Amino acid sequence: MALLEIENLVVEFDTASGPFRAVDGVSLSVARREVLAIVGESGSGKSVSMLAIMGLLPWTAKVTADRMDFDGTDLAKLGVADRRKIIGKDMAMIFQEPMASLNPCFTVGFQIEEVLRVHMNMDRRQRRARAVELLEAVGIQEPADRLGSYPHQMSGGQCQRVMIAIAIACNPKLLIADEPTTALDVTIQKQILDLLIKLQAEHGMGLIIITHNMGVVAETADRVIVQYKGRKMEEADVLSLFASPKSNYTKALLSALPENATGKRLPTISDYDPEAAIAGATS
Amino acid sequence: MRNVVLEARDIVRDYHIGGGLFSSARTVHAVKGVTLSVEKGRTLAIVGESGCGKSTLARIITLIDPATSGELFIDGAKVDIARGGLTPELRRKVQIVFQNPYGSLNPRQKIGDVLGEPLLINTGAPAGERRDRAMTMLKKVGLEEKHFNRYPHMFSGGQRQRIAIARALMLNPSLLVLDEPVSALDLSVQAQVLNLLADLQDEFHLTYVFISHDLSVVRYIADEVMVMYYGEAVEYGSRDEVFSEPQHSYTRTLFAATPRADIDSIKARLAAKTAA
Repeated sequence: MALLEIENLVVEFDTASGPFRAVDGVSLSVARREVLAIVGESGSGKSVSMLAIMGLLPWTAKVTADRMDFDGTDLAKLGVADRRKIIGKDMAMIFQEPMASLNPCFTVGFQIEEVLRVHMNMDRRQRRARAVELLEAVGIQEPADRLGSYPHQMSGGQCQRVMIAIAIACNPKLLIADEPTTALDVTIQKQILDLLIKLQAEHGMGLIIITHNMGVVAETADRVIVQYKGRKMEEADVLSLFASPKSNYTKALLSALPENATGKRLPTISDYDPEAAIAGATS
Repeated sequence: MRNVVLEARDIVRDYHIGGGLFSSARTVHAVKGVTLSVEKGRTLAIVGESGCGKSTLARIITLIDPATSGELFIDGAKVDIARGGLTPELRRKVQIVFQNPYGSLNPRQKIGDVLGEPLLINTGAPAGERRDRAMTMLKKVGLEEKHFNRYPHMFSGGQRQRIAIARALMLNPSLLVLDEPVSALDLSVQAQVLNLLADLQDEFHLTYVFISHDLSVVRYIADEVMVMYYGEAVEYGSRDEVFSEPQHSYTRTLFAATPRADIDSIKARLAAKTAA
């Protein structure tokens, strides 16, 4: 049985000009030990669908789904309190801006121990030991000393490592990484991706990576979902997606990569007419 | 004939950080002696990670900051803004496009005024002429007449970057410095903006200094490549030289870290994963 199974997820926001559908009937499933990448441009609804699964959307959002199962429990039927027991523990998320997602007023040690205090039955000494262990696992030098550091004393890459440490603190079954490397340099990006994949393999987690970077997809994913304007354009394993893309949108996306350029000009998405691509992909 | 638009010799830039109550004063060497030259109509790409001094170098080339020492020549004439100040003629020759199109446009200024402002400040062109030239440039970068009286928030990121490029071209500069112009944009929009830059370069024989950390973009657009690391140029040569035979270990690290989207490397990765 799959770890996470979502069928026909729809997210709507009420706006002054009527309801806006940010996610339009997306279905997906992630197995244990699987890396799923969701690719799409801004506005394709990739982050919103993951926030809906985590239950982190504001009350203005209307979330419906035919099915929303995580590890055998129906997320839609859970009350707020029960849901909070799962989120951060069995299902954790890392965000794009590491600097902005840590609280600047507290030390990183406090922020790691906070998750352990809420979700795990540990005393103070155990929490401290676990925090040191986690910082070591995410590759931070002198972990015991760094517990007392504030986020501003660390670099962007180190902050993202701390975020990962918080996310994996309770050994989650599913980790969702929303553009985990977009704000980072290429060399640091490589380190963070390697770390995520290493932890995923060690703990046998399911991992969802949201990204707009086709290179990141190629380097990490087992399976890929391509989204455009809230709809799923294509779902395929990573090799067939790059070798023989089915939908026109994926083809357009791949040919817009500068490394695939053949002439002096790059083909653009509008050359392919995305609306026609949507019509073609619904079959 | 070689027609060198930009030449820099041993550019050094130090920043002095004043000591406070608890710390003593110190000096940061942001750029440590960079030498470069770009010919007319060519593109030099400067690559490096954050904090390596590439944006500081861009500010010196664009005549925003003076260099601490070193010589800068634009169109063969020596320029020193620390001493001579910045004249309107110089400002006309060099323009810059910044990374974040959301931060680089005044939210309370209409697009027509954004484009007319460089002419207002640096030339004596009357209002009617400013308006006509702004309109022509707006169409040149792929926007329409109806966009003239709109505000920046009404545009998407790609359109805003087009506006920023249009503003930089209003004074017919010979040198355009592009500081990460596409890194905030989506893949498809990135392709459109790169195409626009290539078209404009052909039409106006523009010289580009293109600052980026994305090697695939650099490989596509550049004629020459400079790799910077901790304020020094560790690698400088033609694109093919740098990409086929990187000399410095940092350049090789950078290449190794760049994610690859070709089928062979995906196959290799999947094979390694099954073996493990």
